[in-house]
Amino acid sequence: MKKTYKIDVDCANCANKMEEATKNTEGVKDATVNFMVLKMKVEFEDGADVDAVMQEVVKNCKVVEDDCEIFL
Amino acid sequence: MTKKQKNLLLRVIIAGVCMIVLALLPLKQYPVVRFLLFLIPYLTVGYDILRKAFKGIRNKQVFDEHFLMAVATIGAMALGEYTEGVAVMWFYQIGELFQSYAVGKSRKNISELMDIRPDYANLENEDGETERVDPDDVEVGSIIVVEPGEKIPIDGVVTFGSTTLNTAALTGESLPRDAGVGDEVISGCVNMSGMIKVRTTREFEESTASKILDLVENASSRKSKSEQFITKFARIYTPAVCCSALALALVPPAVRLIMGMAPDFGDWIYRALTFLVISCPCAIVVSIPLSFFGGIGGASANGILIKGSNFMETLSEVAVAAFDKTGTITKGNFAVTGIHHTTMENEKLLELAALAESHSSHPISRSIAAAYGKEIDKSRVTDVREISGAGVIAEVDGHRVGAGNLKLMRELGVAAEECHSEGTIVHLAVDGVYAGHIVIADEIKEGSEAAIRALKAAGVRRAVMLTGDKESVARAVASKVGIDEYRAELLPADKVKAVEELIGESGPKARVAFVGDGINDAPVLSRADIGIAMGALGSDAAIEAADVVLMDDDPGKIAKAIRIAKKCLRIVKENIVFAIGVKLICLVLGALGVANMWLAIFADVGVMVICVLNAIRCLAVRSL
Repeated sequence: MKKTYKIDVDCANCANKMEEATKNTEGVKDATVNFMVLKMKVEFEDGADVDAVMQEVVKNCKVVEDDCEIFL
Repeated sequence: MTKKQKNLLLRVIIAGVCMIVLALLPLKQYPVVRFLLFLIPYLTVGYDILRKAFKGIRNKQVFDEHFLMAVATIGAMALGEYTEGVAVMWFYQIGELFQSYAVGKSRKNISELMDIRPDYANLENEDGETERVDPDDVEVGSIIVVEPGEKIPIDGVVTFGSTTLNTAALTGESLPRDAGVGDEVISGCVNMSGMIKVRTTREFEESTASKILDLVENASSRKSKSEQFITKFARIYTPAVCCSALALALVPPAVRLIMGMAPDFGDWIYRALTFLVISCPCAIVVSIPLSFFGGIGGASANGILIKGSNFMETLSEVAVAAFDKTGTITKGNFAVTGIHHTTMENEKLLELAALAESHSSHPISRSIAAAYGKEIDKSRVTDVREISGAGVIAEVDGHRVGAGNLKLMRELGVAAEECHSEGTIVHLAVDGVYAGHIVIADEIKEGSEAAIRALKAAGVRRAVMLTGDKESVARAVASKVGIDEYRAELLPADKVKAVEELIGESGPKARVAFVGDGINDAPVLSRADIGIAMGALGSDAAIEAADVVLMDDDPGKIAKAIRIAKKCLRIVKENIVFAIGVKLICLVLGALGVANMWLAIFADVGVMVICVLNAIRCLAVRSL
């Protein structure tokens, strides 16, 4: 399943880091962060609990870039 | 400006004023006071960077630009270079502010260019009253009212009224289209003249406008090779520079100590700090997605949808262009292209032919009627006899008119002039005397020849036409529009094979594009290095199958798309070479001790500003 989330982040490099962090989250199959339109597309593993996975994603993104926001 | 940006601007101004005042004050005798006073502008402008750097260390994310800036400025302050320490932070923040403003500005520009998102729909309820609702809430089959000046929010069919539509936001050309009862209309068009009612045939999400917006927004998610390169580059670059800086600060003084010289710690640490400032990767990291975003956005405003940055890259390398014929180079409809050897006025001959054929609904008859262009009074025609495979014989205004092929002429015992034009020939005989013939052919689009020339100028070396049509027709069309090669009488599967052959014959850097109208050629579109579908307005299949979608059927847009891609890629390459080049030079100068902090600031912020300004040029594609 794929879902798109609005995000807020200040720099392009931070967006790349968020993408990497999201990809490495358990339950996430693939992710792309689009800095120019401030959107994040997450593809979940089959049977993953989307809400729980996204909580983890937020946590992991905050680690690599404290000043970021994901609007769930 | 957003709140964040205004806040930062204010801090930058306060710190700037502070710095000037401090520079003018005679504080040399009071070092402690001087240090404390300089802390004011330093913390004002840089407290958030210090905080982020600290948080980064705590989260084990050490090597980011905040860390670089924090270490460099704290180091400079520790060395007693207060002005430089504050200046580095100050310029860094100015750079951040500029970057954030520029990115925000181009986001806004592009959403303005792509101003097709409808905000509301006027839904008509059973009582005939209208209500303004979110277009998301409109169900398929509802009736919506579109007033003049409003955008059509959802695809549908006109059930009431007639009007002229402006499709400029979708196609980039302001060619008005007429729409009346029964016509399909697509979302994103602006209603220009009359009120219409539309029965929706799709949900908002599935409507053309939503789909196009979705496509453009997702386009920059498909990353190009340059973007992937930079992501990888940034990942190893920052740690590498940090380690070199550390080495620069420690190794030379150690060596000097061993050799019995004064270690000069201060000097080498200063050099290491300039290293850190120079190394910030922001310039390239932000300018590349910005370039692609600008290029894709600018192209979509011209009715050219490029589905990803990667396709932008491929498009810029197209060296071989294969075309479908019908609907791409030709209009795909039959029309009268010539009237020859007539014994009467052309108008009169057309009139007779149109009348004689008026009882038939064959495409040939329709195109003659269309060329005649006037109302046909069928009562003037009597005694119509269709001769299968030959033509028609009828009484028109008391004259016996035969219209058909050579076989019919032979049957009527009339000596016909042979015609050497390509297409279908309708010979006419009036009262047993040959009266001339009408040539009907698929018309070549007005822009086709110019489009092929423009493609050649844009770097396409080989243009090939692939068609299912007859050899003779293919030859004629190809020579007329200036296409070098053609392959005729191909079945759809043969076209795939032909494209594969072209790919095999071309080198790895010479990409093969296939241009089709999206009808029946989806497999070829996806097999080519890059599939370009044209005339896609309202055709889902084409939008799905192709990598590049031209909203209208102007073949000139193909060359334009390539020019946009080339410009964008050139800017990306310029930025990569310029940013990395300047940084490397400054790093070397810094290591040698030639570069001071001010040059380092230029290598960081100056380069970034130049790269961003250069990237913004990608947006300007209208005149390409």
